[in-house]
Amino acid sequence: MATQDILNFVFIGASFALYIGIAVWARAGSTKEFYVAGGGVPPLANGMATAADWMSAASFISLAGIISFIGRDGAAYLMGWTGGYVMLAMCLAPYLRKFGKFTVPDFVGDRYYSDTARLIAVVCTIIISFTYVAGQMRGVGIVFSRFLHVDINTGVILGMAIVFFYAVLGGMKGITYTQVAQYVVLILAFTVPALFLSFQITGHILPQTGLGAALADGQSVLATLDGLSTELGFAEYTAGKKSTLDMFFLTAALMCGTAGLPHVIVRFFTVPTVKDARSSAGWALMFIAILYTAIPGVAAFGKYNLINTVNGADKTGTAYSEMPTWFKNWENSGLIGWKDYNGDGKVQYAAGKAFEGKGKPAFVGGVDDESARGQYGERLTTNHFESNKPVGNAPFANEIYVDRDIMVLANPEIASLPGWVIALVAAGAVAAALSTAAGLLLVISTAISHDLMKKVVNPNITDKQELMYARLAAIVAICIAGYFGINPPGFVAIVVALAFGLAASSFFPAIIMGIFMKRMNSQGAIAGMVVGLGSTMAYIIYFKFMGGTKDELFMGISPEGFGTVGMILNFITAIIVSSMTPPPPAEIQAIVEDIRIPRGAGEAHDH
Amino acid sequence: MSLTPEKAQAYWKENIRIILSYLAVWFVVSYGCGILFIEQLNAIPFFGFKLGFWFAQQGSIFVFCGLIVAYAISMNKLDEKYDVHE
Repeated sequence: MATQDILNFVFIGASFALYIGIAVWARAGSTKEFYVAGGGVPPLANGMATAADWMSAASFISLAGIISFIGRDGAAYLMGWTGGYVMLAMCLAPYLRKFGKFTVPDFVGDRYYSDTARLIAVVCTIIISFTYVAGQMRGVGIVFSRFLHVDINTGVILGMAIVFFYAVLGGMKGITYTQVAQYVVLILAFTVPALFLSFQITGHILPQTGLGAALADGQSVLATLDGLSTELGFAEYTAGKKSTLDMFFLTAALMCGTAGLPHVIVRFFTVPTVKDARSSAGWALMFIAILYTAIPGVAAFGKYNLINTVNGADKTGTAYSEMPTWFKNWENSGLIGWKDYNGDGKVQYAAGKAFEGKGKPAFVGGVDDESARGQYGERLTTNHFESNKPVGNAPFANEIYVDRDIMVLANPEIASLPGWVIALVAAGAVAAALSTAAGLLLVISTAISHDLMKKVVNPNITDKQELMYARLAAIVAICIAGYFGINPPGFVAIVVALAFGLAASSFFPAIIMGIFMKRMNSQGAIAGMVVGLGSTMAYIIYFKFMGGTKDELFMGISPEGFGTVGMILNFITAIIVSSMTPPPPAEIQAIVEDIRIPRGAGEAHDH
Repeated sequence: MSLTPEKAQAYWKENIRIILSYLAVWFVVSYGCGILFIEQLNAIPFFGFKLGFWFAQQGSIFVFCGLIVAYAISMNKLDEKYDVHE
């Protein structure tokens, strides 16, 4: 076994031992501990746990790469996934904390005095959380296979086992404190290589300021990237490609979706008071911002570095034999592919696809068979074009495929950092995926044991029985999530569109109106949720599954951004329907009065 | 709780006013500076960035953090003023 593999094993193994240790220490003894950690989590710890809960495998591994390749428009994700916390802090968290139950369906069901509303909320919670968790389990498998060289499926099963241990045993209490540890691991793993990379390229330690710094030749990083991009046939890095309207709707859908995601909202039920809910949202966003403000830097440095390494100082390409080791390592993993179209033995990177179909290389013998080699020692591929022409005014045709995840995964090697940093990145990526998976699985198990079993099916079960159902549901949920991780259904690719669209068009308006409009009644809220949910799902399914084309888009709004339209329809429908139906009963109006005043939140109470 | 309905009403009104004023800033930096007026702002250089690009990819996130902190402080003061703190 290579030294690097041993280091990876040690780091990932040590982090697992830590998580299991915490799980044993924080076992849950009652439903209240299982659902909301007893309502006694300090705001700072909850902020860290929320940040880890929130930042998934996608934030950690993929987001920098996405921004690297799409440039300025990536801002929709950066602003969308942080701006939602401002709404969460001001418009949802404090009042939901005062309401003081365990789940989002609890609030929707009680506030709208209707089991129909509760059931819609349960179904939405389960759909949103399962679409999301399937991607996380897959993420765990991929990280294991890349860093430990085990089969992806073995990786998924390992991930399931570890989540099983602390989510089933510890419930929210176990999850909260493991998430605190996972936050520390993942933030170190992301920032250490980012600081080195920034320093090497710009002389600035912080990637936040390094992004605006000047390079050795006096030109700024971004201006250099703009120049390099246009020379190679790409659009300028700092120019927008999406329409303003589409950017607006996409950002809004991601923001409102963030504020409406059940696994994020439920974290604010775990702090002692309303005041703590507010400050904890502040801590959460600050902890998230450490990563999110470093990402644009990492994205730009990664792109700059990729262009320079591949095309070389004379901008004509670099001979394959002289490519750095990281390039060949990741080619072996299948994340990079090269086809020498012009037969000069040099690797060249420019705009355009290098491989047929989706642009990903199909390796001879499959991804794992690294034996088929061409004349320079490169891996052979099957899906190349007959000939490949330069795009626009680019000096040559693109010859490589680079997976977006490279921008984070290969950073330590690009910056020539020691092996332990690579091992740390591996542990960080696993932490990011596991922390989010655990949070989602808990929400699913709670929705089943509490909202379905206790509130609808059989209200007479004891606390002990309910806790047993919660653990059983968690076990079943882990198995289903694992199954989706091993056999990823086609919809994993549209997780973002679906989960955020559904949260923005269903929960977000229902909760906002529940707090800010005393007059909103159950008829209005139910009609609104049905219309919002139905329209958003129909739009996403039509354009993602049924082959809807670009020119059929409603006002050019992409499916990912349609949640905003669904949300607006939800608000309008709810207001119209409620104005034609009787106001909610006096005791419901009294609840609304009560949640608006902070005093008396005490602990999350049982019913 | 000894809060009269009138006082509760007044507290809620002030709460709404605070939220709306912070959300106005939130909207201006993200949707305004980062999306709607990004091209105009990009004409202004800012520490090696184009200003609109900086707001879109970094600046707005810093402002978001500041907004939640300011909101939490304002609300703590308001809670004490109306004696509804814990």
